[in-house]
Amino acid sequence: MPDGSDNAIRLRNLGRDYGERPALEGIELDLPEGSSLAVLGPNGSGKSTLLRVLATLLRPSRGEVEVLGCSLPNDSWKLRGRIGYLGHEPLLYEDLTGRENLEFQARLYGIPAGLAAERIESDLGTLGMGRRANYRVSDYSAGMKQRIAICRAVLHRPALLLLDEPESNLDPEGREAARSLIGHPGQLAWGSEAPVTRVAVSHEPEKAREESDRVLELAIGGVVA
Amino acid sequence: MTPSRQAFTAIVAKDLRTELRTMRSLPAMILFAVTTFIIFRFGLDRTALSGSLASGVIWTTLLFAAILGINRIFLPEREEGGFDAFRLAPVDRPVLFAAKAAVLFLYLAVLEVIVVPVFAVFFLQDWGGLIPLVLVLLATNLGFAALGTLISSMAVNSRARDLLVPLLLLPLVVPLMIAATGATSPLLDAGGPSYDKFGTWLLVLGLYDGVFCLVGYAVFDFLLED
Repeated sequence: MPDGSDNAIRLRNLGRDYGERPALEGIELDLPEGSSLAVLGPNGSGKSTLLRVLATLLRPSRGEVEVLGCSLPNDSWKLRGRIGYLGHEPLLYEDLTGRENLEFQARLYGIPAGLAAERIESDLGTLGMGRRANYRVSDYSAGMKQRIAICRAVLHRPALLLLDEPESNLDPEGREAARSLIGHPGQLAWGSEAPVTRVAVSHEPEKAREESDRVLELAIGGVVA
Repeated sequence: MTPSRQAFTAIVAKDLRTELRTMRSLPAMILFAVTTFIIFRFGLDRTALSGSLASGVIWTTLLFAAILGINRIFLPEREEGGFDAFRLAPVDRPVLFAAKAAVLFLYLAVLEVIVVPVFAVFFLQDWGGLIPLVLVLLATNLGFAALGTLISSMAVNSRARDLLVPLLLLPLVVPLMIAATGATSPLLDAGGPSYDKFGTWLLVLGLYDGVFCLVGYAVFDFLLED
């Protein structure tokens, strides 16, 4: 087991309830920096809830949660801007174009205009959205929204990628293109100097085991492995 | 953290661009206000109003037109995931409150630029009070914007938000309305504007604005929490 200080994520007896219903129970995990974790499990086993807790969007009900050296929920403000989150919702404004959404995101994250323009062009090109980024998001198909959402999640070059079924709605070409932005941390095209850690929810166990360093399998009511 | 000013301008620019593109709030607010003036004109069967009646008509109309805008101010954040995106960003959360209040203030200002002249044409024989009225409008708008943003952020996650906003807002807005009508009433007197207790009412408006700007800024962080 790696030393605690090298862990990007450290969970001890993590639990999260919705009202009186437990969604997560007794999760234990040590995930070293720069590694990749696949989260598997049936619907309702708490995969998305786990990602939202790690993203600081939900408070844990009990247990200890440490993400990138910050204890949650107390130090959650220190994590803002260091996490790239791709959830079920694309988190895009429907009445703006894809490009305008990314420009807005860049301004929120304080990315200098020149660097932001460079990254936006590069990432849109990688995902084959260059020209289509000028259409309103409300006119996009689900796959196009997912491509822009992937660009949004990595625009600020986060240290931790939290991805909830990142390849959903993508065609084979889109899946291939997305891998260079959100695939295994060792193969990311944007080549961060600091190690990038990746946690991805998947419904394809074989593929997830093949592409990830570790697997966390959740069952309804607790962890399987 | 991102410099707050950069985040503030980004949010305001985004909201104004969206409104210009979709015209989702302002036209409804303007149409509501103009229609209400027409109803008052025929309902009261008066071609001229003055004093407290004129003041009551204009502020009642502006209040309910403002509620239309307040109801919608956080809708894109609620329906399109903007709250989550904002909570992940390295931005102080009260910046969102300040930006949304600024957008609401601008909506109200545009509304008034269009509908106050309509009110004057319909009901006023002496337009001399309109220039000092601008001060009252600006001070009241600030209170509306601060309180409206606060209430809207509380109600937006409820399915009954259309009901909740007026239910929560109207009792809290009573002091603001008393001060606004108190300041406006002598300005619209039939014999021309007078400034009886004008300064006092402006001071009350200023105090109300200050209190709700501070309350909104202080509690908004908690309202965005899970």
